[in-house]
Amino acid sequence: MVTLKEIENLAALSRIALTAEEKEKMRSEFDAILAYVASIREVSAAVVKDTRSIVATVNVMREDGNPHESGIFTETLLSAAPKREGDYIRVKKIL
Amino acid sequence: MSIDLNTLTIKKAHDALLRGEYSALELAEAYLAEIEKKNERLNAYLEVFEDAREQAKEADRRIKEGKARVLTGIPLALKDNILMKGKKVNASSRILQGYVAPYDSTAVSRLKTQGAVFLGRTNMDEFAMGSSTETSYFGPTKNPYDKSRVPGGSSGGAAVAVASNLALAALGSDTAGSVRQPAAFCGVTGFKPTYGTISRHGLIAMGSSLDIIGPIAKTAEDSEILFDAIKGKDPLDCTSIELKVNSQKLKVSDLKIGIPRNFLEMKGIDEDVLASFNESIQTLKKLGCAVQDITLPTIRHALAAYYIIMPAELSTNLARYDGVKYGFYKPGDSLLGDYIATRTDGFGKEARRRLLLGAYVLSSGYYDAYYRTAISVRTLIEKEFAEAFKGVDVIATPTAPTPAFKIGEKTKDPLSMYLADIFTVPANIGAIPALSVPSGFVERSGDSSTGSGRVRLPLGFQIMAGHRNDALLFELGKKFQSA
Repeated sequence: MVTLKEIENLAALSRIALTAEEKEKMRSEFDAILAYVASIREVSAAVVKDTRSIVATVNVMREDGNPHESGIFTETLLSAAPKREGDYIRVKKIL
Repeated sequence: MSIDLNTLTIKKAHDALLRGEYSALELAEAYLAEIEKKNERLNAYLEVFEDAREQAKEADRRIKEGKARVLTGIPLALKDNILMKGKKVNASSRILQGYVAPYDSTAVSRLKTQGAVFLGRTNMDEFAMGSSTETSYFGPTKNPYDKSRVPGGSSGGAAVAVASNLALAALGSDTAGSVRQPAAFCGVTGFKPTYGTISRHGLIAMGSSLDIIGPIAKTAEDSEILFDAIKGKDPLDCTSIELKVNSQKLKVSDLKIGIPRNFLEMKGIDEDVLASFNESIQTLKKLGCAVQDITLPTIRHALAAYYIIMPAELSTNLARYDGVKYGFYKPGDSLLGDYIATRTDGFGKEARRRLLLGAYVLSSGYYDAYYRTAISVRTLIEKEFAEAFKGVDVIATPTAPTPAFKIGEKTKDPLSMYLADIFTVPANIGAIPALSVPSGFVERSGDSSTGSGRVRLPLGFQIMAGHRNDALLFELGKKFQSA
């Protein structure tokens, strides 16, 4: 059973605010979903030692190089920001 | 000039364009007229691109100059999570409100090279989270066979566009079945390639180790044409791979088909779906395929593993949406308050549920029990598939356990919605290719509000092949569709 306190912690970690009603609903949905996904524990521990995917994961490295000309994407990217000031993104005071 | 859109395929349209039977502009106009007529009712497109006619005229210039390629002038739809430079892209989420793609996704860029015509962007479940297109911020898309039913999801808009002649083909994305399941519900063909064969550059991320772009089209042949145009290694996606065809025998009559019988006999699978599946198997037998039952003991856990791995990756991927860099912004009383206000109002219910679930399975104390076990199960499933494909060439299942369900039927119970992916998710977990082809119809009760009696709903037949064996599925799919 997931507790309301746990739901509150997860919401805080996820930067989401939930109403009391939403928390309660989320808790009951979590119980149903977690009960379902817990079925993977039926797979014997002996056979699940190996976590390395055989097809999907390989590290791909490359040398740094060929930087683009400085500033050519600045306007495009900054123009997407909800609040900006010149070539800066504007946010509320942090310190 | 009237073009028969019902029977049109990419190949036929290409030949007609080359012969000058009609122009790319006339072809685009034919689809735009259908969109004008039907889209309000179906809600397939979120936006029709205003330069669609310009793109078609450019295609006509290429055709005139003798530079046409197979996709030149072919009208396509794009799922709302695939970036096209200068066009809005929202992943059907409020949190990306107003966002304009600053660059082309690799898939779009490769299609532009061919001179394809993009008609618009199509509705989807928010961030591709769903199996019904009901979690879209822009409202549900309707199934063209029965407006009271869902089109499947998450690429529901794209599947409806192809099924209703609102585009000749479309690009969707598939993380657990989001191309195949809506294709099945709408009676079209959906292809999920081997993981990595199509670059994810410019695809808005959900579960990065599972996400792949996939074509939705009328036929296996059209799917193959689109796949060939966009596949291949891309320096902008380090997980992308070059597909070397390693299928030695492409003679359909020599193929061995495996049926994971124990997996099909789980509860919750519609009887008509099983009957239709058995008919499809008979069709394969008539084509000369040998059919045998196989055992894949761990794939029944694929969906459970998915609902741990995907939220873990998704909660990480969606951390970037905070109202600072782009998209929706709602002010709070501090910077943290800004994040919380923006994310709380910007994300829909399903997104919030999965964000919390992801945080949960990655939490200290639960990580080993959930995430670590899930990725081990994933490895086990990959190995089981690899082993199974030593004995058979193709594994067949229905695409979905039921035909299209009613709008609102599963939204109250998230787990019942998740189970709609039971047959499609193993291919994502196993990183293997899978194709859904239309396999007939079932009758169900229609829309009670309009009193439309009985309706016919399409079903899908899914075939999966070994890692990198994508070409085999096209060959078998083509034979199946012409049988």
